[in-house]
Amino acid sequence: MIWRVFSFIKPQRGLLMASFIGALIAVFFMLLIPVLIGSAIDTLINPANINWMRLGKTILTMVISIVLVVIFQAEVVITSGRLSFATARRLRDACFNKLQHLPLSYLDTHAHGDIVSRIVNDCDTVSDGLYQALQQLMTGALTVLGTLIFMFFISPPIALIVVFLSPVSIGVAWAITRASQKSFGSQQALQGSLGAYIQEHIQNQKLISLFSYNDVATDGFKALNDELYTVGEKAQFASSLSNPGTRFANNIIYAVVALVGCTAVLTGVPSTLTIGGIQSFLSYTTQYTKPFNDITSVVAQMQTATASAARIFALLDAADEIPDAPDALKLPSLIKGDIAFNAVDFSYSPTKPFIENLSFSIGQGEQIALVGPTGCGKTTLINLLLRFYDIDEGEITVDGLNTRLVARTSLRKAFGMVLQDTWLFEGSILENIRYGNPDANDEDVKEAARSAYAESFIQQLPDGYNTVLGPGGGSLSEGQRQLLCIARTMLQNPSILLLDEATSSIDTRTEVLVQDAFDTMIKGRTSLIVAHRLSTIRNATCILVMKDGKIVERGNHEELIRAGGFYRELYESQWKTSEAEEKATF
Amino acid sequence: MLQLARRFFGPYKAFLTLGPIAKVVEVIFDLLTPLVIAWMIDAGVVSNDVHVLFAGGGLLILFAILGILFTLVTQKMASITSQGIGTHIREALFIHVNRLSFQDLDSFGHSSLLTRITNDTNQIQLACAMLIRQVIRWPILAVGAIVCALVLSPTLGLIFLICLPVIALVFYLIMKRQVTFFQAMQMWLDKVGLLVSENLSGVRVIRAFCREKIESKRFEEATAELARSGTYAAGLSAILNPTTFLVINGGICFILWLGAMQVEAGSLQPGQVMAFIGYLNQLLVSIAYVANLVVIFTRAEASAQRINAVLDWKPSVDRGGDALPMSAHTSEAQLKFLDVSFSYPGANVNALNNISFSLQRGEQLGIIGGTGSGKSTLANLIPRMLEPTQGTVSFEGINAASISQGSLHEHIGFVPQHASLLSGTIRENLTWRNAEATDKELWEALRIAQATDFVKQKDGQLEAAVSVDGKNFSGGQRQRLTIARALVGKPNLLVLDDSASALDYATDAALRKALKSLSSQLATILISQRVATVRDADKILVLDKGNMVGYGTHQDLVKTCPLYLEICRTQLREEEILA
Repeated sequence: MIWRVFSFIKPQRGLLMASFIGALIAVFFMLLIPVLIGSAIDTLINPANINWMRLGKTILTMVISIVLVVIFQAEVVITSGRLSFATARRLRDACFNKLQHLPLSYLDTHAHGDIVSRIVNDCDTVSDGLYQALQQLMTGALTVLGTLIFMFFISPPIALIVVFLSPVSIGVAWAITRASQKSFGSQQALQGSLGAYIQEHIQNQKLISLFSYNDVATDGFKALNDELYTVGEKAQFASSLSNPGTRFANNIIYAVVALVGCTAVLTGVPSTLTIGGIQSFLSYTTQYTKPFNDITSVVAQMQTATASAARIFALLDAADEIPDAPDALKLPSLIKGDIAFNAVDFSYSPTKPFIENLSFSIGQGEQIALVGPTGCGKTTLINLLLRFYDIDEGEITVDGLNTRLVARTSLRKAFGMVLQDTWLFEGSILENIRYGNPDANDEDVKEAARSAYAESFIQQLPDGYNTVLGPGGGSLSEGQRQLLCIARTMLQNPSILLLDEATSSIDTRTEVLVQDAFDTMIKGRTSLIVAHRLSTIRNATCILVMKDGKIVERGNHEELIRAGGFYRELYESQWKTSEAEEKATF
Repeated sequence: MLQLARRFFGPYKAFLTLGPIAKVVEVIFDLLTPLVIAWMIDAGVVSNDVHVLFAGGGLLILFAILGILFTLVTQKMASITSQGIGTHIREALFIHVNRLSFQDLDSFGHSSLLTRITNDTNQIQLACAMLIRQVIRWPILAVGAIVCALVLSPTLGLIFLICLPVIALVFYLIMKRQVTFFQAMQMWLDKVGLLVSENLSGVRVIRAFCREKIESKRFEEATAELARSGTYAAGLSAILNPTTFLVINGGICFILWLGAMQVEAGSLQPGQVMAFIGYLNQLLVSIAYVANLVVIFTRAEASAQRINAVLDWKPSVDRGGDALPMSAHTSEAQLKFLDVSFSYPGANVNALNNISFSLQRGEQLGIIGGTGSGKSTLANLIPRMLEPTQGTVSFEGINAASISQGSLHEHIGFVPQHASLLSGTIRENLTWRNAEATDKELWEALRIAQATDFVKQKDGQLEAAVSVDGKNFSGGQRQRLTIARALVGKPNLLVLDDSASALDYATDAALRKALKSLSSQLATILISQRVATVRDADKILVLDKGNMVGYGTHQDLVKTCPLYLEICRTQLREEEILA
């Protein structure tokens, strides 16, 4: 896992080395300073005989060390900052790029909020963990090591005492971290469920107050909230002990070192020591235990970072969509638009066969309507045509070419699609319509908007075509958003049109206008229209009636009514309430 | 922060004083430590007195033990107080949010409210803990270090007075600039999140238009900017620590040189020089912590303001009023709109103009109109989710404004446009109006709502799990469950706000028939864009841009209301219109 994170750091090996060497130099000189202070103190122990020469030299060495520490400390912060931010960037780009290659089946079955959180939060956690590892872990470890070396250099026996006592400090820090981590885990989980509870209830607040259900909702909240208090209080108390705990261990070591150090100066037991030596030792003991605190907290952070890295790599390791073959065919920019399904089998999950042995063909320029109850497979056909999902058996052909052999981009360019769920991005209206054809000039865009009957409302917006839509399309009504999507497809000028409930959210009078626009666009093009509203499909050349993944009837409106089958039932139930009762089950 | 403190700190006054007092004791020990060391050196080592050494050593150990005991007290006070206050704030926020109208909620934004209840409250919690644990410690330590230094030697103490403002200035300047970069980072991070969500929700469109590469480029621009602002922020902190290190250790150089002069002159002892160095190091640590506290409190202040903004928001709809007596005035109309107009705050055009109609028990009223005609606004006026700006809405002859919302809602079964369920079980979702509803009642409601079949097919039936947003049900199934929910507890008035849109025609028709067959006590309002849905209603109200342009039966309206006829023509064939 950690090695895999390193593979994302690799391009920045130079920075990593620079950061390490900088830390080494900074720590060395930082640790040298207490020695220098100690020897400076030693020069002034005897007021009658101060060695000014030596003191001056020592202070000069100190100044040089200080400058070096300052330079290299800064260097470490800058390089590790750059390194971790660059790594986060690389991870995010890789994730996003991955999204563009994942099959729809993955994206349809994974919670979008979770994917967003991986790319936003988890990448941040990894980058933070990396930054802290470079900053604290590396300098911390070097400081502990360096301090020990310097201490042994000054007085081995007292150094041994410190080494003997330091497990106390480490143990205290470790025990507290462990204890607090456990309660932090349950606190985190509770905070998560409280957040989910709040989100759900805020989203449905209108509904909840419509039913005066607030009191029950509040009771549920209180129960969770009180539980969070109990757990949170414990977690906070436990974690707030880590600083005082190590400080306590530290103070004990400090007292012992002061006592033993002073005795050593007086008696020469356990080793000879100068007064300046005590000074150096005391500064070392403070410096020596501080990293333990840092390291334990960084270790906790590293654990979360590792968990986050695992989540990121799980996303990156998901199987890609099967790539186009290198010799994949390219459809010409203008195609005839024949479509055929030959004995197509398809299912969303292997255990539940959905579409079996489906065959039908659509000739050039035909206008086909797909009709049937919810869940009969209408939308699935569109998924299959555009190869959002690949079929299990059989073949789908466009202009006689098996779509499996055609490059996806080239295939999709032949289709224009308007879906029930409108999708617009944060950008101006002009940009949103131009999404259909990046090469279109402003006049083309306006022309498309006019033919989609969108211009009149666009002109009423404060900045007209340059009005910037907020996230998800901003304040436009569902119908207005749909008109923009239609304009976008009009600008694309595709050979084949797919309309999946495209006009369901537009009121019927506007729909008539849009329908006119569609009729103009549909002329000469193959089109496939999915609709609930039977009125919108009466003009189709052929209606395919679907039920449970099968085509049960086909023909035009008049023929199907005359045939008196399933279509007629569907159609009549529209207004003949009496007959509909028995068929209420679909 | 102060306002929030007045609101919530009350019950914790004792803890809020006791905690910091315990802390002061620990700080005093910390401040005495360098003096003890100096005493050990000067009176012990230099004067060759072993007793002083042991006394000093013992004293230091005693300080350590007492220090940790007092700290434990402080930490416990801090965790109880801060978590307690956080819990109270969350609860107050949640309850208040529930009191607001949906318009109020929209003006805050849902995600913003969530952040306020969770993240912002956590910030306050952190600040409270720090208030008890640290606010007293570091300033006292810093001031104490300076005072002790000045007492030991006024001239050397001057070095402290020079170092302190220099470091404070460095912290101030750098942190001020950092804020800008942190804000930029947050902005770009939000952008990254937005782009990912956008791409996930629009994946079909993006792939259909073959725009994957362009989307990746947009994303890479955002991550590049994010990395850039992050690197700058890190660059600024690269100045911070080294600079303080420079100032403090530069100060130590001066202390050594000037201290040596004073030792030579006999006005200072070597151990005292060491004490100076100890204090200067303490000063460095305190300043770093104080700076950290400043950050925490600045954030907490912003959070406190955001929390207060919610708590201070006056609900735009008053929910109070009297209880509506159950079926008291049977002679009066079930529901009556008298010259009702409504305009949204800030809008210069009325969303509804002079709407009048009345609905008797057992009657069905259809309301039809295009998007933006005011149908949903009208629907919201019925259960007092909105208050009319003019005119009155009355129930059984009583002005709705004087009826409490709770009581009103007992009489109304409402099915909103957007069919949403809460996570839990089917039963939990059905018993909102009546927690004690029997199984028989629930199945009866499900039968009318045409939901019996699919509920029967679920494992556990009424106890079957409903996931968040009811995602494990199709749109049509969700709608039927919300209709059943409204029917449980026998309402007198049922409002269906375009709530059959995801049903196919046959189900929709069966539903209407079942509703019609219900007891003659239930009045129904059907709001729809579909002529088929409303055509059999006793009366149909046609809305256009907030105006009532037709009111009558289907047969009347076809003849008298041109707009209605036009709507019919787009949906039905000529022979069907008159059928």
